[in-house]
Amino acid sequence: MTFGETKLGRKKRRNEAIAKVVFLGMALSMILPLVLIVGYLFHQAWPILSLDFLTAMPRRGMRDGGIWPALLGTFYLVTISLVIATPIGVAAAIYLNEYSRDNWFTRLIHLAVVNLAGVPSIVHALFGLGAFVMFAHLGRSILAASLTLAIMTLPVIIASTKEALASVPMAFREACWSVGATRWQTIRGIVLPNSISGILTGIILQVSRAAGETAPIMFTGAVFYKAIPEGRLFAYGLFDQCMALSMHLFTISTQVPEVPPALPFGTAVVLVMTVLLVNAASIALRAWLRSRKKW
Amino acid sequence: MRPRWETALEWAIEWIIRLCGVSAILFVLGIFFFVFREGSGYLFHGFNPVQFFTSIEWYPTSQSNVRYGVLALIAGTASVTLLAMAIAVPFGLGAAIFISEFCTGKWRESIKVVIELLAAIPSVVWGFIGLTVMNPLIIKIFNAPIGLNVLNGGIILALMSVPIIVSIGEDALKAVPDSYREAALALGATRWQLVYRVLLPAAKNGLLAAVLLGVGRAVGETMAVLMATGHAIKIPTSPLDSVRTLTATIAAELGEAPVHSQHYQVLFIIGILLFIITFAVNLLADLAVKGIKGK
Repeated sequence: MTFGETKLGRKKRRNEAIAKVVFLGMALSMILPLVLIVGYLFHQAWPILSLDFLTAMPRRGMRDGGIWPALLGTFYLVTISLVIATPIGVAAAIYLNEYSRDNWFTRLIHLAVVNLAGVPSIVHALFGLGAFVMFAHLGRSILAASLTLAIMTLPVIIASTKEALASVPMAFREACWSVGATRWQTIRGIVLPNSISGILTGIILQVSRAAGETAPIMFTGAVFYKAIPEGRLFAYGLFDQCMALSMHLFTISTQVPEVPPALPFGTAVVLVMTVLLVNAASIALRAWLRSRKKW
Repeated sequence: MRPRWETALEWAIEWIIRLCGVSAILFVLGIFFFVFREGSGYLFHGFNPVQFFTSIEWYPTSQSNVRYGVLALIAGTASVTLLAMAIAVPFGLGAAIFISEFCTGKWRESIKVVIELLAAIPSVVWGFIGLTVMNPLIIKIFNAPIGLNVLNGGIILALMSVPIIVSIGEDALKAVPDSYREAALALGATRWQLVYRVLLPAAKNGLLAAVLLGVGRAVGETMAVLMATGHAIKIPTSPLDSVRTLTATIAAELGEAPVHSQHYQVLFIIGILLFIITFAVNLLADLAVKGIKGK
């Protein structure tokens, strides 16, 4: 006779199995929506997806044609906002990780970063309208919208850069200092080269965030419709208003009546795939970096 | 000797870095200042806080009797957030427990990647899904006259705030020392008993922070609720009622309110209210996290 299982033991095992299945279900219930959503969007958008859809102007009051001005506008907004946010964010992270001491002031900065990250996007929109459009007299323009987006992405860039900097071992810095290098020489020669890829990963992630936001640009620079010449990359100026993919999706799905359904679905697919591909690239980069880390 | 200009350059760079380090504080103050500035004209002349907080009458464009009562809007935000949390908290914490305690290696990494991608889907796309997928679904299943309601917005918001609950919750569970787990398992506890009796009490502050950050996300979300909850300004009595949230009101009406009119200023006052709510929620979450680190 083998050792019989006690009643308590059976119950324990059964509970264990139930718990595992329930938790697995909860985790899977998160994967399912992603697959379903992307699949459904593709299914609905299939008839319209083509290169022409990407490069043509909207026609017949946005009930026909493509999304070219919105695509280009999003590209402008994302690029300009990151060009503004990256140097400030990286410098702030360098300050927090390399210069600041652990005192109340540093705590305050940390608290500000956390809270800046938690400010609702519509409040960012109000701020952008009050500060850049009105106070700085930039008007509703690509510049004002990009500045608003830059401030929104800033705290996340600070956090991810700080993490990348902190992953460089202290011994690297100490070795550098001990041969007589100054603080800044150490940062430039040792800390930044060893963390640059981690910093880039964090910034790439913000490309997708900036591309997807709607509320902050709605009142600061994005418009329903703007005619630009087809096929020209420099069709927008810094002080022009522009269209944007996210805003375009909002417009044709809620504001314009009788839009053929494939059109908003096509726009949504382009937006979602842009965001997901950028994220996937960043995740792949991160995994590759981890695998070849030497220390 | 180093040339003098190099020393000067280094001095300048270090000051720029310090300045950027302080920038996060300046931006938080700046957001409050500029939003406050745009709303201050009415806030100090004629603003009626009693009516503002206790009236459900929101008639900003009425010719005869203008009333700005945001109680119904607050109820809208609260109802959608509550429903979202009722769904997202058990699922999010369950998934966090599954990832951190019940699976390893490849599985863990893949689920985390999927959750990261889920977090990347732009809010306007979620709103679009609420509009085109959930809306007909709710009408069909519940036989409701309209599918844009609390239920719709709650489910969409739950899907949007689950990723943040999972990632912060998992961090909190990871912060529990392994010796706790080993001690419990050595006593013959099953994994479920370990989770229920040891990990949940030990990580409760971090899990609380995860929930609070999820609440902050849900309260501040704009585009998704703008598109998915309908536009009825009233206190909901069932999940199938349409509502309008604080954020959606700003997004829907700011474009039409004449600049510096009373209506425009009241929308900025709602922005201040949102800023204060999310600031408080984030502060609490930060304190909860500090609580575990201090131990």
